[in-house]
Amino acid sequence: MPDNSSSRPSGFDRRAFMAGAAGSALVPMTARAAAQDPRAPAAQDPSAPVDVTLHVNGKDRRLRIDARTTVLDALREHMGLTGSKKGCDHGQCGACTVLIGDRRVVSCLTLALAAEGQEITTIEGLATDDRLHPMQQAFVDNDAFQCGYCTPGQIMSAIACVKEGHAGSEADIREYMSGNICRCAAYPNIVAAVKQAAPEILKG
Amino acid sequence: MRPFLYQRATDPDMAVQALGAAAAANNPLTQATAQPLAGGTTLIDLMKLDVMRPTAIVDINPLAQGWSAIEPDGENLRLGALAKMSDVAVHDEIQRNYPVIANSLKLAASAQLRNMATLGGNVMQRTRCSYFRDVSYENCNKRNPGSGCAAMDGVNRMHAVLGVSDQCIATYPGDFAQALIALDATVEITGRSGSRSMPFAELHKMPGSSPDIETTLQPGELISAFTVSGRWPRSVYLKARDRQSYEFALSSAAIALDVQDGTIREARVALGGVATVPWRAREAEALLKGQRFDDGLAQRAADAAFADARGRRHNSFKIALGKRVVARALQQAVTMEI
Repeated sequence: MPDNSSSRPSGFDRRAFMAGAAGSALVPMTARAAAQDPRAPAAQDPSAPVDVTLHVNGKDRRLRIDARTTVLDALREHMGLTGSKKGCDHGQCGACTVLIGDRRVVSCLTLALAAEGQEITTIEGLATDDRLHPMQQAFVDNDAFQCGYCTPGQIMSAIACVKEGHAGSEADIREYMSGNICRCAAYPNIVAAVKQAAPEILKG
Repeated sequence: MRPFLYQRATDPDMAVQALGAAAAANNPLTQATAQPLAGGTTLIDLMKLDVMRPTAIVDINPLAQGWSAIEPDGENLRLGALAKMSDVAVHDEIQRNYPVIANSLKLAASAQLRNMATLGGNVMQRTRCSYFRDVSYENCNKRNPGSGCAAMDGVNRMHAVLGVSDQCIATYPGDFAQALIALDATVEITGRSGSRSMPFAELHKMPGSSPDIETTLQPGELISAFTVSGRWPRSVYLKARDRQSYEFALSSAAIALDVQDGTIREARVALGGVATVPWRAREAEALLKGQRFDDGLAQRAADAAFADARGRRHNSFKIALGKRVVARALQQAVTMEI
């Protein structure tokens, strides 16, 4: 999806570093940002950037974005939170799964503007200083991935799956985790990880 | 995706005004320049594919406070249009007294999508016909009226065998709508001149000569609720598909029965995955009513349901499959413990 936002990626991350190291990759964005006057967007111009505040992992993030920006693109392109992955970008693969409130959703089909005022939790918001979230630890313990691309989405989905009460049996886990595709087919180990983490998560 | 103006509707009047003003100049509604945003699971997807090209989005999620109640009152049921599929699917009373509704929702999409999608948006979900979804195909009578239909002689394994026309064979993809059809639900609609109600069965239009007009909703109208009369504890939703989970139906059946002393007093049969609209199989119902159930009766009812089916090159198997789904669903409904 084209993204005309004038927001700049914030914080240091590998993508920004690599883009900078590649030479001129950041120039068009800078030029475009300079060409727009952010103080006076035309009220009826659908291309004009809009201001939005997203509440992500306990922090308010103020962004100036194109109205077309999804939560996924806002996270990845404007906040430097690249843990949530873009797989299909059409709500089919689950790699972009985040929690909005206590619900798992696909962030690629959620407009950032429509998520304003709601608590968004991403994979980056799970671990405490020196301790992985029980579901993260369970994925490590059970070798529940190969390439790891689907893993952030699997973990976010799995946490919600447990809290919804849908991790009571292997059949339930398979049914309620079906929205997260793993092309390495690590499914048996993912089921094992969810089973391992469920009691600890439900204990609180 | 093309640029659009984003607007939040804080009350129903504002929503229908914003939608109606833009829709009036447009026909059909699906191509209106302003589109309502509920869960967004169809709309945002189709906007990314450039199939839908609104220049204004009216976010109706702020209306959820008044429009998302799940209200079984013991005798009848009212479901707000902005209720989430996931919430309705796990509701105790829905599972007990309307299992066909609970299961049609549970077996649809994925947990994430059910958390996002609303009941109203779900019944308005658009076809998954791959030629409709891929704008590189010029000929789609739904997208470009009069341009022809690439599916007729294309890969049409997923397409419809009932309610088809020589203009369109796209399948209605949803599950929940079949439950509403079987239960003779009513749909409540809010528009610029107030509210109106009509049988849910009158919402969707068969393709006929104008497949681009999919529903009878008027410009600016929004679905606000669904209502069902009576309780239907003896009801099932059976869905046959290529994968065990997270897949659209090849063939599905929504069945609701009232059986007393071994005799079928009332029978409702609706079909999914095989038709261009949520499909009521009245011929099958007529055969079942007043009869005692046995396998022969189930087979005759299934045959009747597909008597007018027309298969094409890749989808004729749906006729045989569909009959088996109907017969098995009837068996399940008759034998279920309530």
